[in-house]
Amino acid sequence: MRIERYEKIFMALTLVVLLAALATIGVGVFAAEVHLPAPAGRVDPRQIRQTAPFDQPGVREVAPGEYEAVIIARAWAFEPNEIRVPRGSTVRFRVASADVIHGFLVENTNINVMVIPGQVAEVAARFDRPGEYVFLCHEYCGFGHHQMFGKVIVE
Amino acid sequence: MSSIARTTGMEYSGPAETIYLAEQLWPIRGQLYLGLLGLAIGGYMGLLQALERIGINLYSAHFLKSYYQGLTIHGVLLAFLFTFAFSNSFLSLTTIRGFERPLASTWLAQGAFWTMLAGTVLAAFAILTNQATVLFTFYAPLKASSLFYLGAVFLVLSTWLTSANQLLTLRAWRREHPEEPIPLLGFVSVVPYLMWDLASVGVAILVAVFLLPWSLGIRSYVDPQFDRLLFWFTGHPIVYFWLLPAYVSWYLMIPAQVGGRLFSDGLTRFVFLLFLVLSTPTGLHHQFTDPGMPTVMKTVHLFTTFAVVYPSFITAFTVMAALESGGRARGGRGLLGWIRALPWKDPSVNAQLLAMLVFTLGGATGIVNASYSVNLVVHNTAFVPGHFHMTVGTAVALTAMGVCYWLIPFLSGRELWGRRLALAQAWLWAIGMLVFARGQIAGGLSGMPRRTAIGDAAYLDLFQWSLDNWLTAIGGIVMTTSGLLFFIVMLGTLFFSRPLTAPVEIPVAETVHGARESWPLFDRLGLWFLIAVGLAVVAYVPVILGYLPLNPVSPPIRVY
Repeated sequence: MRIERYEKIFMALTLVVLLAALATIGVGVFAAEVHLPAPAGRVDPRQIRQTAPFDQPGVREVAPGEYEAVIIARAWAFEPNEIRVPRGSTVRFRVASADVIHGFLVENTNINVMVIPGQVAEVAARFDRPGEYVFLCHEYCGFGHHQMFGKVIVE
Repeated sequence: MSSIARTTGMEYSGPAETIYLAEQLWPIRGQLYLGLLGLAIGGYMGLLQALERIGINLYSAHFLKSYYQGLTIHGVLLAFLFTFAFSNSFLSLTTIRGFERPLASTWLAQGAFWTMLAGTVLAAFAILTNQATVLFTFYAPLKASSLFYLGAVFLVLSTWLTSANQLLTLRAWRREHPEEPIPLLGFVSVVPYLMWDLASVGVAILVAVFLLPWSLGIRSYVDPQFDRLLFWFTGHPIVYFWLLPAYVSWYLMIPAQVGGRLFSDGLTRFVFLLFLVLSTPTGLHHQFTDPGMPTVMKTVHLFTTFAVVYPSFITAFTVMAALESGGRARGGRGLLGWIRALPWKDPSVNAQLLAMLVFTLGGATGIVNASYSVNLVVHNTAFVPGHFHMTVGTAVALTAMGVCYWLIPFLSGRELWGRRLALAQAWLWAIGMLVFARGQIAGGLSGMPRRTAIGDAAYLDLFQWSLDNWLTAIGGIVMTTSGLLFFIVMLGTLFFSRPLTAPVEIPVAETVHGARESWPLFDRLGLWFLIAVGLAVVAYVPVILGYLPLNPVSPPIRVY
């Protein structure tokens, strides 16, 4: 097949652009250590309130400066909807759904995960600045979807 | 529309009445009108969504229970009905024109229309009676009425009938023309459907094996994570099924409409084959934030997604080169003078040039979405609708409207009515869309969720989204005005316009480097289809094996 010179140049350049974009993603993952959510176990939504750790939703300190926040997402609320931690804490969120698909996004962090019935969503962030961080449901979950939110309060 | 005939740049070889049979044209026309009806109603729902953002809630005034019922109408009618119907109609017609023979089966052509209509009626009934407020993604365990899933089955079936007819037509043509390369227009009409035949298997299994039996009570539980895997197996390649009809126009028609030539026949085939092969093994990039999917396979799908960006980059060059050849042939001089020399006063060309311009931003934001960890910033935020309204909402929709500016005269035998309105329409669409997308993208970057009644959100006061919401609303109002103009032009053409003085001919571009300079292996479509199947298997079998056993824990839930 005949390909003209300018076509060849353009095709080569676009390949370079795409590879450069991939390289920047590599930097984000390996140097800045921004990772995507990975499998963290399964949980039966029908039994969620009898299954650890979701039988005790809430926040607890697991090591100095490290917290675990266990949250049940249901139509149309997070339980609990308020998480209080001191500044400088690293919080590992474990979120699971009791009914339909929900989402979990914490503003001004890299936390963004789907909350899918049957799956445990596990994500973490470090909160250095005091203040309120809204977390909200970002997947349509029925009539009251837009009511579903909570706050991380960093003191 | 004599300007089209004047600028086709190609002598039309066959007597029209022998290839365009009336019994095949009416289902083509019927599907186009059905698709445009979907565009009108679905688009109008967009206005209600835009107004909700600034505190004007018109849902109960329209007998709709919620924002989400309106949003389901918007999504289903625009993303499924309008796109499928336009594809079926337009690419059936280009199949006839491309192979210069009637479709192999009139029965299949009419069957495609009837199944499309049946699917529309079933889904519309379920949605309008608020039995299917599940958005166009219909994620389980939100349960819709069985009629909704049945409607989806019929809509997909309609595309399969169209594909089967194209393939039979290709086979018949090959018998009549042994040893000849497949005509380029026929080639680019058939390949998008081959891609879709493979891609649609995911959603077909999802609906037929899981959701339909589950909605009927035959199956008690489904696995929402696995259902999402099946949905997105189809859900990403579907965007190329939406897009490729626009590419057919950009590659094969626009060069002729601007008086230029398409550069390379072979490269065009190559681009369409890359879409056939690379579209499907990419779906996991919609599931970057799904907890049940392994990061290794998310990474694999990152690479395949970047690979399928490549043919669009080549398209940017190829289509631009064809436009430049047209602009220069029309007397354009200098580095950029050819741009001004393009026929911007031709409504069909004008709309599609603007669609291309907006698509550059749509494509760029799409790369952001696909960029693995960067996806954490934008996933399920308003950034995403900001993105895809510039792709499917403009590159596809505005191109389809541009195509209608010659296609409706072709099908109806009447002159295009209201040319100046048609010109204004395209500009308003592009400008409105950019304003809208600016609002959505900025909102999304600060955490505004997508598919959410933001104007009524409990957390609205905790964010500074006022400007974003106003831009979204203003953009939506401008686009609605544009849509209104489009339908005025369409109805004016159908009901108030003069009969054509000279027949409209389907514009088909000549190539500088023709089919004889292409690579013969490109025409071995069966082989390329097998490669596409192979890649889909490689991309998905490890995901599925790693995921099993299924986790069927979800009964049907109706919370809308």
